[in-house]
This record gives sequence, structure tokens and C-alpha cells, in this order.
Amino acid sequence: MSPTDRPEGTDSTAPGGAPAAEALLRVRGLQKSFGPNQVLQSIDLTVARGQVLALIGPSGSGKTTILRCLNGLELADGGTIDLAGELSVDFATAPTRNHLSALRDRSAMVFQHYNLFPHKTVLENVVEGPVIVQRRPKAEVEAEALALLERVGLTAKKDSYPFELSGGQQQRVGIVRALALRPQLLLFDEPTSSLDPELVGDVLRLIKELAVEGWSMVIVTHELEFAREVATEIAFVDGGRIVEHGDPKQVLRDPKQERTRQFLHRLLFPF
Amino acid sequence: MNQATWDLFLSSLGPIVLGALTGTIPLALVSFAVGLVLALLLALMRLSRRRWLSWTARVYISIVRGTPLLVQLFVIFYGLPSLGVVIDPWPSAVFAFSINVGGYAAEVIRAAILSVPKGQWEAAYMIGMSHRRALTRIILPQAARVSVPPLSNTFISLVKDTSLASLILVTELFRQAQQVAAFSQEFMLLYLEAALVYWVICLALSSVQGVLEKRLDRYVAH
Repeated sequence: MSPTDRPEGTDSTAPGGAPAAEALLRVRGLQKSFGPNQVLQSIDLTVARGQVLALIGPSGSGKTTILRCLNGLELADGGTIDLAGELSVDFATAPTRNHLSALRDRSAMVFQHYNLFPHKTVLENVVEGPVIVQRRPKAEVEAEALALLERVGLTAKKDSYPFELSGGQQQRVGIVRALALRPQLLLFDEPTSSLDPELVGDVLRLIKELAVEGWSMVIVTHELEFAREVATEIAFVDGGRIVEHGDPKQVLRDPKQERTRQFLHRLLFPF
Repeated sequence: MNQATWDLFLSSLGPIVLGALTGTIPLALVSFAVGLVLALLLALMRLSRRRWLSWTARVYISIVRGTPLLVQLFVIFYGLPSLGVVIDPWPSAVFAFSINVGGYAAEVIRAAILSVPKGQWEAAYMIGMSHRRALTRIILPQAARVSVPPLSNTFISLVKDTSLASLILVTELFRQAQQVAAFSQEFMLLYLEAALVYWVICLALSSVQGVLEKRLDRYVAH
């Protein structure tokens, strides 16, 4: 399945060939506090259709919180999120439950710790959302799910339970579960951070393929090499602000801000 | 054991087992079923963000756990009539036992729900589920697995506690034994026999617990 198969994908632009002006996601002045601790100061970001935004930055900088706000898992205190020009959520006025579920309907998240449902088989994990929540016909959803599982090389595991899978396999199921929801926007929260080093490659390769196919994504990652290769834009987040953003190669090779430089230096030369 | 004792043992087994079948077991089953529903409700109230709900549940649980079951039973059967509420022995017993199980099992279920990782809620929300659907389809099935051993404990305790119903004139296992004992004056024999039947019932329950755990364990790594 490619993004152009989606019924919601009303435009007929070829994947990746969307005009740069067409913003899928536009975030303005996003703010979030946990008690006295303001984790997001005022976040602005834009993702055009078919583009990949990578969020990098130190732990606790707020990048995961940004992602969670986009999926409505965290309720922002202020700012706006516009999606696909059809949904606009203003967090200054308390958004309704409908707003949050509308955000979730249009985006899907891949978690750092996979969060597969342990009491459901691989196939059941994938079809749960489309069948139970989206109320699509079961036969159609299963066929689609099996095609997705085949694509990630897990057809043989369709009746296995998550505990029988390696971390890398579980995360690929996590990605398939997200894809099966037919979202307009894919959100990845450090998708390889809890994987054994030797399993990271498979997952990154899959995400890269999806990017090439034209899926729109926001990826929180510590894999700089991967971000350079896959992202169309990189944003460096620190202290709840976007310190610097721009072309991945430029930001990584020649950052304008001193803080970015420090961070990158520390990652490249840890000792 | 002489022949006469043996004969008494065998002939009293009938009424005792009958008491178990018509009294003890249905009393325990019905009270447990009602109690579990009550417990789930109380557990959800206890976890609710609404203060008055969680406090109501808290107070209920505190009273039920802080007073003897025998006293609860007597308040309902011997106390309520003075307020003009007269309830028959059997429903009185079910009432008291259900209330009791509700209080104890509520804490078990609450703990089981809390033991499911937060990421499970988030994944459920992520795929678009409402709170209620996440609870019923994702959280409770996982909580069920965790709560089988402690709930089995509660049930086994309940089976034995139903002997208290003999004190409000319910014809169950122990009351049958008491009656035969009073008649034959063979107290030791009859009470040991009653104990034996309770034990057999609890053995059967333990094996049911084993089967249940195995069934729910199929998705857990060993």
C-alpha cells in the first residue's frame, strides 16, 4: 500500500512529488508544561506532504513531547495544530474530545517500546484498529494486513504472539500496525532506541523505504546518519525550543547555532 | 474405625454433599459472580479522576474490609428486620457475601489494571480507541491474567466462609453436618467429614485455577 491508495489522500500528486507549498502539518506556538516545568516553549514546524522531518536533540529536550502532542496523547496548553488543511486544533481554548480523536484518526505512531498488544497475535494487532475502530470490512483489512506483513517479511509470524518475536520483528509489526490505519502522517518515537544494534538496520531500512514511497513522517531519532539520509528537514530541539532547523546536510555538517554544534560534537565524539 | 462409625460416615455423606451441592456451591458461585461485577465497578470508581467516585469506593472498601463478615451477615439477617426489612436466609447470605467479595476483589482488580503498562493505553488510544474500548479490549484482558491467582484466593476463601451462612439458617454443607452431629452425638467424626468435603471442593477449585492460568498464559513468555 502506498499513500496514494488512501481514500483520504484526495490529491493525485505522485508520492514525493507534492508541491513544496502544500503543507500537510502546520504547528504554531505549541506549548506544554508538566506542572512548573515548561517542556515546550513555543514550537513552530511545518511538514509538507511526502516530506520527512527528523527531530534530534538531547534527552528531555521535548522532542518526544512534540510527537505525543501531535497524536493527542499529550494535551498541549497552547498553540495550534493544522492537519491537511481540514483539521485545525487550537489548544488555547480547550479542544474537545472530537478534536483529539480527529488528530489521532489522521496520524499513527510507532513507539520506542513497540507497545504491541501482548494478548493478541501479530495479525490481530494489525487489524484491531481498522476493524474495531474504523469499522472497515474484516476480509479487506486482513488481506491488506497480510500484504503489509509479507512486505516486512513476517508472513510466517502472523499467528505468533508478540513475546515470540525479536525486538526488530516487533517493531516491524509496530510499523505495519501504524500503516494499516491508513494515516496521513506517520510519527516515529525513537523507533530503534530499544533494539539490539544488529537489529536496527532492518527497521531503519523499512522506514527509509516508506519515506521514498512518499509517506509524510515526523521521526524522533538519535541516528544522525539515518536522519541525514532519510529526512528532508532536520530540526534540533533543545530546552523545549527548536534551536535550528533546515536541510539535513547543512544542519549536520555546518550548524549555525553554537548549541547545535556542541550537541553534534558530543554525539560524534562521545569520549 | 469401627463398623458403626464407618456406617455413620457413609450415611451422613449424602446430606453433607447435598448441602454442598444445593447450598455451599451455588451460594459461593452466585455471590462471587455478583461480587465480581460489584468489584469491577468499585475498582473503576476507585481509579476514576472524579473525587467523589473514588472516595465513595474507598469508604465502601474500607468498611467492608474493616468489619467481620459474620457481623455483616448478622446486620443484614437479624438487624434489618428491626427497620422493617426482612430478607430470607438465602438472599441474605448472597447479599452479604457479594458485598464482601466486592470489597476485597475491587482492590485485586484495581491493582491488576494498574499493573498493565501505560504504553498499552497509549497504543490503544493511538489506534483510535475510546477510553471505554481501550479498557474492555486491551486493558482488562491483560489485567484478567494478572488477577486470576489472587481472585482464586478470594473465591476459595468465600467457599469456606459460606459455612457462616449456617448461622442464619441456610441449609448448606456445614449446617447439614451440624444437624447430623447433634442427632448422633458424633461431633469429631461429622466435623472432620465436613472439613474433608470442603477440602475436596477447594482441591477441585485449585485445579480449575491451574487450567485458567494456563489458558491465559498462552501469550506470556516463560
